Amino acid sequence: MSAHLPLTLSVNGEEVSRLVEPRETLADFLRRDLSLTGTHTGCEMGVCGACLVMLDGLPTHACLVFAVQAQGASVETVEGLTQSAAIADLQRAFHERNALQCGFCTPGMLVTAQGLLSRKALPSREEIRDALSGNYCRCTGYEAIVDAIEMVARRRAAGETATSFVEEPA
Amino acid sequence: MKARAFSYVRPATLAEAFDAFAAAGGEASYIAGGQSLVPALALRLQAPECLVDIADIAELRGISQEGEWLRLGALTRHVEAHDDPLIAACAPLLALAAPHVAHPAIRNRGTLGGSVALADPASEFPAMMLAMDAEMEIAGPAGRRRVPATEFFQDLYQTAIEPGELLVALHIPLARPEHRCDFDELARRRGDYAIVGCGVMLALPQEVVSEARIAFLSVGPTPVRARAAEAALTGNRLDGDATRRAQAALSEDLDPAEDEQVPAAMRLHLARVLLGRLLGRIAGAA
Repeated sequence: MSAHLPLTLSVNGEEVSRLVEPRETLADFLRRDLSLTGTHTGCEMGVCGACLVMLDGLPTHACLVFAVQAQGASVETVEGLTQSAAIADLQRAFHERNALQCGFCTPGMLVTAQGLLSRKALPSREEIRDALSGNYCRCTGYEAIVDAIEMVARRRAAGETATSFVEEPA
Repeated sequence: MKARAFSYVRPATLAEAFDAFAAAGGEASYIAGGQSLVPALALRLQAPECLVDIADIAELRGISQEGEWLRLGALTRHVEAHDDPLIAACAPLLALAAPHVAHPAIRNRGTLGGSVALADPASEFPAMMLAMDAEMEIAGPAGRRRVPATEFFQDLYQTAIEPGELLVALHIPLARPEHRCDFDELARRRGDYAIVGCGVMLALPQEVVSEARIAFLSVGPTPVRARAAEAALTGNRLDGDATRRAQAALSEDLDPAEDEQVPAAMRLHLARVLLGRLLGRIAGAA
Protein backbone atom coordinates (compact mmCIF):
# COMPACT_ATOMS: atom_id res chain seq x y z
CA MET A 1 0.00 0.00 0.00
CA SER A 2 1.21 3.45 -0.84
CA ALA A 3 0.72 6.34 1.48
CA HIS A 4 -2.43 8.32 0.96
CA LEU A 5 -1.91 11.81 -0.40
CA PRO A 6 -3.88 14.97 0.29
CA LEU A 7 -6.02 16.11 -2.61
CA THR A 8 -7.92 19.35 -3.03
CA LEU A 9 -9.98 20.10 -6.08
CA SER A 10 -13.23 21.72 -7.09
CA VAL A 11 -16.11 19.35 -7.81
CA ASN A 12 -19.32 20.85 -9.17
CA GLY A 13 -18.29 24.24 -7.86
CA GLU A 14 -17.46 23.15 -4.33
CA GLU A 15 -13.96 22.75 -2.95
CA VAL A 16 -13.33 19.19 -1.79
CA SER A 17 -10.37 17.92 0.24
CA ARG A 18 -9.68 14.23 0.88
CA LEU A 19 -6.83 11.81 1.42
CA VAL A 20 -6.56 9.46 -1.54
CA GLU A 21 -4.52 6.48 -2.59
CA PRO A 22 -2.45 7.42 -5.68
CA ARG A 23 -3.80 4.50 -7.67
CA GLU A 24 -7.42 5.58 -7.26
CA THR A 25 -8.83 6.89 -10.51
CA LEU A 26 -10.82 10.08 -10.64
CA ALA A 27 -13.86 7.96 -11.58
CA ASP A 28 -13.54 5.82 -8.46
CA PHE A 29 -12.86 8.91 -6.35
CA LEU A 30 -16.05 10.58 -7.55
CA ARG A 31 -18.14 7.44 -7.10
CA ARG A 32 -16.74 6.05 -3.85
CA ASP A 33 -15.38 9.01 -1.93
CA LEU A 34 -17.97 11.58 -3.04
CA SER A 35 -20.91 9.25 -3.84
CA LEU A 36 -21.30 10.95 -7.22
CA THR A 37 -22.39 7.78 -8.97
CA GLY A 38 -23.65 9.52 -12.11
CA THR A 39 -20.13 9.01 -13.44
CA HIS A 40 -20.27 5.41 -14.62
CA THR A 41 -17.38 2.98 -14.86
CA GLY A 42 -17.65 0.61 -17.80
CA CYS A 43 -14.44 -0.48 -19.49
CA GLU A 44 -12.09 1.46 -17.20
CA MET A 45 -9.62 1.77 -20.06
CA GLY A 46 -10.79 4.81 -21.99
CA VAL A 47 -12.88 3.04 -24.61
CA CYS A 48 -16.55 3.18 -23.66
CA GLY A 49 -16.98 6.83 -22.62
CA ALA A 50 -19.36 6.13 -19.72
CA CYS A 51 -17.06 7.91 -17.23
CA LEU A 52 -16.67 11.22 -19.05
CA VAL A 53 -16.61 14.33 -16.89
CA MET A 54 -15.63 17.91 -17.57
CA LEU A 55 -12.07 18.38 -16.32
CA ASP A 56 -11.13 22.04 -16.46
CA GLY A 57 -13.97 22.48 -18.93
CA LEU A 58 -13.06 19.69 -21.35
CA PRO A 59 -14.65 16.23 -21.64
CA THR A 60 -12.19 13.77 -20.12
CA HIS A 61 -12.27 10.08 -19.21
CA ALA A 62 -12.37 9.97 -15.41
CA CYS A 63 -11.03 6.40 -15.65
CA LEU A 64 -7.88 7.64 -17.42
CA VAL A 65 -6.92 10.19 -14.78
CA PHE A 66 -5.76 9.34 -11.30
CA ALA A 67 -7.48 11.48 -8.72
CA VAL A 68 -4.13 12.84 -7.50
CA GLN A 69 -3.49 14.22 -11.00
CA ALA A 70 -6.59 16.41 -10.60
CA GLN A 71 -5.04 18.35 -7.71
CA GLY A 72 -6.19 21.95 -8.08
CA ALA A 73 -8.42 21.14 -11.03
CA SER A 74 -12.07 21.90 -11.59
CA VAL A 75 -14.32 18.91 -12.22
CA GLU A 76 -17.94 18.96 -13.31
CA THR A 77 -19.84 15.70 -13.24
CA VAL A 78 -23.19 14.95 -14.78
CA GLU A 79 -24.73 15.81 -11.40
CA GLY A 80 -23.23 19.29 -11.47
CA LEU A 81 -24.16 19.88 -15.10
CA THR A 82 -27.70 18.80 -14.27
CA GLN A 83 -28.10 20.90 -11.14
CA SER A 84 -26.83 24.04 -12.86
CA ALA A 85 -29.32 23.36 -15.69
CA ALA A 86 -26.42 23.66 -18.14
CA ILE A 87 -27.61 20.53 -19.94
CA ALA A 88 -31.32 20.71 -19.16
CA ASP A 89 -32.11 21.11 -22.85
CA LEU A 90 -29.98 18.07 -23.72
CA GLN A 91 -31.73 16.03 -21.03
CA ARG A 92 -35.11 17.08 -22.38
CA ALA A 93 -34.12 16.28 -25.96
CA PHE A 94 -32.76 12.84 -25.00
CA HIS A 95 -36.05 12.20 -23.22
CA GLU A 96 -38.21 13.44 -26.11
CA ARG A 97 -36.24 11.57 -28.71
CA ASN A 98 -35.97 8.30 -26.70
CA ALA A 99 -32.21 8.62 -26.91
CA LEU A 100 -31.68 6.33 -23.97
CA GLN A 101 -32.92 2.99 -22.84
CA CYS A 102 -30.92 1.55 -19.93
CA GLY A 103 -29.20 4.89 -19.39
CA PHE A 104 -25.76 3.52 -18.59
CA CYS A 105 -24.04 5.48 -21.35
CA THR A 106 -26.18 8.60 -20.95
CA PRO A 107 -23.96 10.64 -18.57
CA GLY A 108 -21.04 10.21 -20.95
CA MET A 109 -23.20 11.00 -23.95
CA LEU A 110 -24.39 14.20 -22.29
CA VAL A 111 -20.85 15.29 -21.42
CA THR A 112 -19.69 14.61 -24.97
CA ALA A 113 -22.68 16.49 -26.39
CA GLN A 114 -22.10 19.47 -24.11
CA GLY A 115 -18.40 19.48 -25.02
CA LEU A 116 -19.17 19.34 -28.73
CA LEU A 117 -21.76 22.11 -28.66
CA SER A 118 -19.47 24.38 -26.67
CA ARG A 119 -16.82 23.96 -29.39
CA LYS A 120 -19.17 24.18 -32.35
CA ALA A 121 -22.66 25.64 -32.18
CA LEU A 122 -24.14 23.87 -35.20
CA PRO A 123 -22.26 20.66 -35.93
CA SER A 124 -23.26 18.50 -38.89
CA ARG A 125 -24.63 15.01 -38.23
CA GLU A 126 -21.27 13.68 -39.40
CA GLU A 127 -19.49 15.85 -36.83
CA ILE A 128 -21.89 14.71 -34.12
CA ARG A 129 -21.18 11.09 -35.02
CA ASP A 130 -17.47 11.81 -34.98
CA ALA A 131 -17.74 13.36 -31.52
CA LEU A 132 -19.66 10.31 -30.30
CA SER A 133 -17.09 7.88 -31.70
CA GLY A 134 -15.70 7.36 -28.20
CA ASN A 135 -19.09 6.74 -26.55
CA TYR A 136 -20.57 3.27 -26.62
CA CYS A 137 -24.32 2.70 -26.42
CA ARG A 138 -25.45 -0.90 -26.44
CA CYS A 139 -29.23 -0.32 -26.38
CA THR A 140 -30.63 2.25 -28.71
CA GLY A 141 -28.11 2.55 -31.44
CA TYR A 142 -26.96 6.06 -32.11
CA GLU A 143 -29.56 7.53 -34.43
CA ALA A 144 -31.79 8.95 -31.70
CA ILE A 145 -28.79 10.30 -29.80
CA VAL A 146 -27.56 12.11 -32.91
CA ASP A 147 -31.10 13.42 -33.45
CA ALA A 148 -31.31 14.74 -29.89
CA ILE A 149 -27.99 16.55 -30.07
CA GLU A 150 -28.83 18.02 -33.45
CA MET A 151 -32.17 19.20 -32.06
CA VAL A 152 -30.49 20.96 -29.14
CA ALA A 153 -27.92 22.60 -31.41
CA ARG A 154 -30.75 24.11 -33.47
CA ARG A 155 -32.70 25.18 -30.41
CA ARG A 156 -29.67 26.83 -28.85
CA ALA A 157 -28.86 28.56 -32.13
CA ALA A 158 -32.42 29.86 -32.16
CA GLY A 159 -31.84 31.37 -28.74
CA GLU A 160 -33.94 29.00 -26.69
CA THR A 161 -32.64 28.87 -23.15
CA ALA A 162 -32.64 25.79 -21.02
CA THR A 163 -34.57 25.58 -17.82
CA SER A 164 -34.19 22.89 -15.24
CA PHE A 165 -35.31 19.54 -16.55
CA VAL A 166 -37.74 17.63 -14.38
CA GLU A 167 -39.18 14.43 -15.71
CA GLU A 168 -42.94 14.55 -15.69
CA PRO A 169 -44.73 11.89 -13.68
CA ALA A 170 -46.27 9.15 -15.78
CA MET B 1 -8.90 -3.57 -13.99
CA LYS B 2 -7.29 -1.48 -11.26
CA ALA B 3 -3.68 -0.35 -11.26
CA ARG B 4 -1.29 -1.86 -8.76
CA ALA B 5 -0.39 0.47 -5.89
CA PHE B 6 2.31 3.02 -6.60
CA SER B 7 3.73 6.14 -5.04
CA TYR B 8 3.21 9.46 -6.78
CA VAL B 9 5.26 12.62 -7.04
CA ARG B 10 4.71 15.79 -9.01
CA PRO B 11 7.97 17.69 -9.39
CA ALA B 12 8.11 21.29 -10.57
CA THR B 13 11.41 21.10 -12.46
CA LEU B 14 13.24 18.71 -14.76
CA ALA B 15 16.03 18.25 -12.20
CA GLU B 16 13.53 17.20 -9.54
CA ALA B 17 11.90 14.81 -12.00
CA PHE B 18 15.24 13.14 -12.80
CA ASP B 19 15.98 12.84 -9.06
CA ALA B 20 12.57 11.30 -8.39
CA PHE B 21 13.05 8.80 -11.20
CA ALA B 22 16.50 7.85 -9.93
CA ALA B 23 15.25 7.56 -6.36
CA ALA B 24 12.81 4.86 -7.47
CA GLY B 25 15.74 2.75 -8.63
CA GLY B 26 14.54 2.50 -12.21
CA GLU B 27 11.07 1.31 -11.15
CA ALA B 28 9.42 4.61 -12.05
CA SER B 29 7.37 5.79 -15.00
CA TYR B 30 6.90 9.35 -16.11
CA ILE B 31 3.27 10.28 -16.68
CA ALA B 32 2.06 13.18 -18.84
CA GLY B 33 -1.48 12.96 -20.24
CA GLY B 34 -1.62 9.30 -19.30
CA GLN B 35 -4.02 8.34 -22.07
CA SER B 36 -1.88 5.34 -23.04
CA LEU B 37 -0.14 4.76 -19.72
CA VAL B 38 -3.22 4.63 -17.49
CA PRO B 39 -4.89 1.83 -19.51
CA ALA B 40 -1.57 -0.04 -19.46
CA LEU B 41 -1.51 0.32 -15.66
CA ALA B 42 -5.17 -0.69 -15.35
CA LEU B 43 -4.48 -3.81 -17.40
CA ARG B 44 -1.30 -4.34 -15.36
CA LEU B 45 0.81 -4.47 -18.49
CA GLN B 46 3.02 -2.12 -16.49
CA ALA B 47 3.32 -1.82 -12.73
CA PRO B 48 5.86 0.84 -11.75
CA GLU B 49 6.65 1.51 -8.09
CA CYS B 50 6.43 5.23 -8.63
CA LEU B 51 4.70 7.61 -11.03
CA VAL B 52 6.53 10.85 -11.69
CA ASP B 53 3.91 13.30 -12.96
CA ILE B 54 5.54 15.88 -15.24
CA ALA B 55 2.42 18.03 -15.66
CA ASP B 56 3.75 20.92 -13.54
CA ILE B 57 7.09 21.35 -15.31
CA ALA B 58 6.69 24.69 -17.05
CA GLU B 59 9.56 24.08 -19.48
CA LEU B 60 7.57 21.26 -21.07
CA ARG B 61 4.79 23.61 -22.16
CA GLY B 62 4.39 26.19 -24.85
CA ILE B 63 4.02 26.59 -28.60
CA SER B 64 6.48 29.05 -30.09
CA GLN B 65 8.29 29.95 -33.26
CA GLU B 66 12.06 29.95 -32.85
CA GLY B 67 13.81 31.09 -36.02
CA GLU B 68 13.16 28.50 -38.73
CA TRP B 69 11.60 26.07 -36.26
CA LEU B 70 8.34 25.58 -34.45
CA ARG B 71 8.93 24.47 -30.88
CA LEU B 72 6.20 22.40 -29.27
CA GLY B 73 6.60 21.68 -25.60
CA ALA B 74 6.17 17.97 -24.93
CA LEU B 75 3.00 18.63 -22.90
CA THR B 76 1.24 20.25 -25.86
CA ARG B 77 -2.08 18.46 -26.09
CA HIS B 78 -3.59 16.77 -29.13
CA VAL B 79 -6.49 19.22 -29.01
CA GLU B 80 -4.00 22.07 -29.42
CA ALA B 81 -2.57 20.40 -32.54
CA HIS B 82 -6.18 20.35 -33.71
CA ASP B 83 -7.00 23.99 -32.88
CA ASP B 84 -3.88 26.12 -32.51
CA PRO B 85 -3.45 28.65 -35.36
CA LEU B 86 0.36 28.76 -35.08
CA ILE B 87 0.52 24.97 -35.46
CA ALA B 88 -1.89 25.10 -38.41
CA ALA B 89 0.33 27.72 -40.11
CA CYS B 90 3.76 26.29 -39.29
CA ALA B 91 3.14 22.54 -39.10
CA PRO B 92 -0.06 21.90 -41.05
CA LEU B 93 0.48 18.14 -41.17
CA LEU B 94 -0.05 17.97 -37.40
CA ALA B 95 -3.34 19.82 -37.68
CA LEU B 96 -4.42 17.55 -40.54
CA ALA B 97 -3.54 14.39 -38.60
CA ALA B 98 -5.02 15.48 -35.25
CA PRO B 99 -8.70 14.75 -36.03
CA HIS B 100 -7.74 11.14 -36.75
CA VAL B 101 -6.11 10.60 -33.36
CA ALA B 102 -8.36 8.54 -31.06
CA HIS B 103 -11.53 10.31 -29.82
CA PRO B 104 -12.18 13.91 -28.74
CA ALA B 105 -11.93 13.19 -25.01
CA ILE B 106 -8.58 11.44 -25.46
CA ARG B 107 -7.34 14.39 -27.51
CA ASN B 108 -8.30 16.77 -24.71
CA ARG B 109 -5.74 15.19 -22.43
CA GLY B 110 -3.22 13.23 -24.51
CA THR B 111 0.07 15.01 -25.20
CA LEU B 112 2.16 15.18 -28.37
CA GLY B 113 5.29 14.37 -26.37
CA GLY B 114 3.64 11.35 -24.81
CA SER B 115 2.50 10.03 -28.17
CA VAL B 116 5.92 10.53 -29.78
CA ALA B 117 7.80 9.08 -26.79
CA LEU B 118 5.55 6.01 -26.72
CA ALA B 119 6.21 5.56 -30.46
CA ASP B 120 3.24 3.34 -31.13
CA PRO B 121 3.74 2.42 -34.81
CA ALA B 122 -0.02 2.78 -35.36
CA SER B 123 -0.09 6.34 -34.00
CA GLU B 124 -0.37 9.36 -36.22
CA PHE B 125 1.97 11.88 -34.57
CA PRO B 126 5.15 9.75 -34.55
CA ALA B 127 4.81 9.18 -38.30
CA MET B 128 4.24 12.90 -38.81
CA MET B 129 7.53 13.63 -37.02
CA LEU B 130 9.19 11.64 -39.84
CA ALA B 131 7.18 13.36 -42.57
CA MET B 132 8.02 16.80 -41.16
CA ASP B 133 11.70 15.96 -40.54
CA ALA B 134 11.26 17.02 -36.91
CA GLU B 135 13.88 16.84 -34.18
CA MET B 136 13.20 15.56 -30.70
CA GLU B 137 14.79 17.40 -27.76
CA ILE B 138 15.66 14.93 -25.02
CA ALA B 139 16.93 15.84 -21.56
CA GLY B 140 18.32 13.68 -18.81
CA PRO B 141 20.63 13.83 -15.83
CA ALA B 142 23.61 13.68 -18.21
CA GLY B 143 22.51 16.59 -20.38
CA ARG B 144 20.45 17.46 -23.38
CA ARG B 145 20.48 16.64 -27.09
CA ARG B 146 18.39 16.85 -30.24
CA VAL B 147 17.73 13.71 -32.23
CA PRO B 148 16.37 13.78 -35.79
CA ALA B 149 13.20 11.76 -36.35
CA THR B 150 15.04 9.40 -38.70
CA GLU B 151 17.22 8.29 -35.77
CA PHE B 152 14.61 8.63 -33.04
CA PHE B 153 12.31 5.69 -33.85
CA GLN B 154 14.41 2.56 -33.44
CA ASP B 155 12.12 -0.42 -33.01
CA LEU B 156 8.71 -1.36 -31.63
CA TYR B 157 8.12 1.16 -28.79
CA GLN B 158 11.89 1.77 -28.80
CA THR B 159 13.17 5.31 -29.23
CA ALA B 160 16.38 7.23 -28.65
CA ILE B 161 15.09 8.16 -25.17
CA GLU B 162 17.16 6.34 -22.53
CA PRO B 163 15.62 5.22 -19.21
CA GLY B 164 15.25 8.21 -16.92
CA GLU B 165 15.36 10.73 -19.75
CA LEU B 166 12.44 12.89 -20.82
CA LEU B 167 11.28 14.17 -24.16
CA VAL B 168 11.25 17.93 -23.60
CA ALA B 169 10.10 19.39 -26.90
CA LEU B 170 9.44 18.70 -30.54
CA HIS B 171 11.20 20.97 -33.04
CA ILE B 172 9.57 21.14 -36.45
CA PRO B 173 11.02 22.95 -39.48
CA LEU B 174 8.56 25.66 -40.52
CA ALA B 175 6.42 24.80 -43.51
CA ARG B 176 7.35 27.13 -46.38
CA PRO B 177 4.96 28.59 -48.97
CA GLU B 178 6.07 26.03 -51.60
CA HIS B 179 5.25 23.13 -49.31
CA ARG B 180 2.13 21.07 -49.93
CA CYS B 181 1.04 18.45 -47.47
CA ASP B 182 -1.83 16.16 -46.70
CA PHE B 183 -2.73 13.33 -44.37
CA ASP B 184 -5.23 10.52 -44.44
CA GLU B 185 -5.75 7.06 -43.06
CA LEU B 186 -7.97 4.05 -43.57
CA ALA B 187 -9.66 2.73 -40.45
CA ARG B 188 -12.67 0.49 -40.02
CA ARG B 189 -14.33 2.94 -37.63
CA ARG B 190 -13.56 6.52 -36.71
CA GLY B 191 -11.09 6.58 -33.84
CA ASP B 192 -9.89 3.02 -34.39
CA TYR B 193 -6.26 2.36 -35.05
CA ALA B 194 -5.69 2.78 -38.76
CA ILE B 195 -5.12 -0.19 -41.05
CA VAL B 196 -2.72 2.17 -42.77
CA GLY B 197 -2.11 5.91 -42.56
CA CYS B 198 0.10 8.30 -44.51
CA GLY B 199 1.40 11.84 -44.32
CA VAL B 200 2.88 13.49 -47.40
CA MET B 201 4.98 16.65 -47.48
CA LEU B 202 6.13 17.92 -50.87
CA ALA B 203 8.11 20.97 -51.89
CA LEU B 204 6.54 22.15 -55.15
CA PRO B 205 8.29 25.45 -55.95
CA GLN B 206 7.13 25.33 -59.58
CA GLU B 207 5.41 22.35 -61.09
CA VAL B 208 8.23 19.97 -60.29
CA VAL B 209 8.62 18.22 -56.95
CA SER B 210 11.92 19.39 -55.49
CA GLU B 211 11.64 17.49 -52.24
CA ALA B 212 9.33 14.74 -51.01
CA ARG B 213 8.80 13.20 -47.61
CA ILE B 214 6.29 10.40 -47.21
CA ALA B 215 5.71 8.63 -43.91
CA PHE B 216 3.43 5.69 -43.18
CA LEU B 217 1.95 4.42 -39.95
CA SER B 218 0.66 0.93 -39.13
CA VAL B 219 2.96 -0.77 -41.63
CA GLY B 220 5.66 -2.18 -39.36
CA PRO B 221 7.28 -1.98 -35.92
CA THR B 222 8.10 1.72 -36.37
CA PRO B 223 6.68 4.55 -38.48
CA VAL B 224 8.31 4.30 -41.91
CA ARG B 225 9.69 6.79 -44.45
CA ALA B 226 8.92 5.66 -47.99
CA ARG B 227 12.26 6.57 -49.57
CA ALA B 228 11.78 4.81 -52.89
CA ALA B 229 8.40 6.45 -53.40
CA GLU B 230 9.93 9.82 -52.47
CA ALA B 231 12.69 9.26 -55.06
CA ALA B 232 10.08 8.39 -57.69
CA LEU B 233 8.49 11.81 -57.20
CA THR B 234 11.55 14.01 -56.74
CA GLY B 235 12.54 15.93 -59.86
CA ASN B 236 9.29 15.08 -61.64
CA ARG B 237 6.02 16.80 -62.31
CA LEU B 238 3.29 15.67 -59.95
CA ASP B 239 1.20 13.84 -62.53
CA GLY B 240 -0.40 10.44 -62.99
CA ASP B 241 2.81 8.81 -64.20
CA ALA B 242 4.85 9.98 -61.23
CA THR B 243 2.08 8.93 -58.87
CA ARG B 244 1.93 5.44 -60.36
CA ARG B 245 5.71 5.10 -60.12
CA ALA B 246 5.61 6.19 -56.49
CA GLN B 247 2.81 3.74 -55.75
CA ALA B 248 4.76 0.93 -57.41
CA ALA B 249 7.89 1.84 -55.46
CA LEU B 250 6.10 1.22 -52.17
CA SER B 251 6.88 -2.49 -52.47
CA GLU B 252 10.53 -1.50 -51.88
CA ASP B 253 9.64 0.71 -48.93
CA LEU B 254 7.06 -1.28 -47.02
CA ASP B 255 7.14 -4.82 -45.79
CA PRO B 256 4.02 -5.04 -43.64
CA ALA B 257 3.53 -8.08 -41.46
CA GLU B 258 0.56 -10.41 -41.76
CA ASP B 259 -2.01 -10.15 -38.99
CA GLU B 260 -5.36 -11.81 -38.23
CA GLN B 261 -7.38 -9.04 -39.81
CA VAL B 262 -5.29 -7.66 -42.62
CA PRO B 263 -3.13 -9.74 -44.97
CA ALA B 264 0.20 -8.14 -45.85
CA ALA B 265 -0.72 -7.82 -49.52
CA MET B 266 -3.92 -6.00 -48.62
CA ARG B 267 -2.07 -3.56 -46.39
CA LEU B 268 0.43 -2.81 -49.17
CA HIS B 269 -2.44 -2.38 -51.61
CA LEU B 270 -4.21 0.01 -49.25
CA ALA B 271 -0.98 1.96 -48.75
CA ARG B 272 -0.83 2.44 -52.52
CA VAL B 273 -4.47 3.49 -52.66
CA LEU B 274 -3.90 5.99 -49.87
CA LEU B 275 -0.73 7.45 -51.43
CA GLY B 276 -2.55 7.80 -54.75
CA ARG B 277 -5.39 9.68 -53.09
CA LEU B 278 -3.08 12.01 -51.22
CA LEU B 279 -0.94 12.83 -54.26
CA GLY B 280 -4.10 13.31 -56.32
CA ARG B 281 -5.50 15.73 -53.76
CA ILE B 282 -2.24 17.68 -53.61
CA ALA B 283 -1.99 17.81 -57.43
CA GLY B 284 -5.62 18.90 -57.65
CA ALA B 285 -5.13 21.69 -55.14
CA ALA B 286 -1.77 22.91 -56.51
